[in-house]
Amino acid sequence: MADTQRPLSPHLQIYRKQVQMMSSITHRATGIALAVGSLLVVCGLLQLAAGEGSYNAFKHVIGSPIGIILMLGWSWSLFYHLCNGIRHLLQDAGWGYEIPQFVRSSWLSVAGSIVLTVLVWAYVLMAGGAT
Amino acid sequence: MSEKEAVVKDRRNPMKVARGLGSSQSGVGHWWTQRVTAAALVLLGIWFVVTVLCLLHADYVTARATVARPWNALLLVAFVITMFWHAVLGLQVVVEDYVHVRWKEVVLMVAIKFLAVLGTLAGVLAVLRIALTP
Repeated sequence: MADTQRPLSPHLQIYRKQVQMMSSITHRATGIALAVGSLLVVCGLLQLAAGEGSYNAFKHVIGSPIGIILMLGWSWSLFYHLCNGIRHLLQDAGWGYEIPQFVRSSWLSVAGSIVLTVLVWAYVLMAGGAT
Repeated sequence: MSEKEAVVKDRRNPMKVARGLGSSQSGVGHWWTQRVTAAALVLLGIWFVVTVLCLLHADYVTARATVARPWNALLLVAFVITMFWHAVLGLQVVVEDYVHVRWKEVVLMVAIKFLAVLGTLAGVLAVLRIALTP
């Protein structure tokens, strides 16, 4: 039970599904995922500092099937949060506040994140795979 | 507009308006810092992804030498600090929105901050160790 009994905004089920709502929720979800992923960045730096054995072990884990799935999720989360983050910065500056613009920029964030993720993984594949 | 009309429009003490800290006593500090760290992370994040991609098949010696380069070490330290800073600010908003029991909210936020500070220090120390070890 909540400590304060303030009125709540209507629950999510009441709203019709819209892309702006989805892009906002996804921004938060990818933000949380990236916060967890930041520990992975530090882990990689620590392994590199610890020596050759630890670095190779880290590379082995990242190159394993589970590691690649994690990296796929991490890269898409990063690119989505990046694209949608830039969209929010532009909105903070006062741009794109008409509803059609909101809808269009939501889809732009989604499309941009997918394009960037595909580009990065196409490069990884061309450079000889992730392992 | 006379001074009297202005007083009617805004009932706050002039000192309160001058300080600009609002009812939460912290003003727009959180909001603004989140945006500034976001802008920094747009650049640092793209740089980080490109750097990691360049190290895709690098062996240990190459990876270490790359991180040890002055500009790379500097930008990595900046990236680690900004990343955790932005993460704490973002997670704080999520915790405040969804955790409605005060003690849970405080415990969770303190735990997140402890982890973030440890992560930042560990990341910075690792980069320094790589950059400063001959």
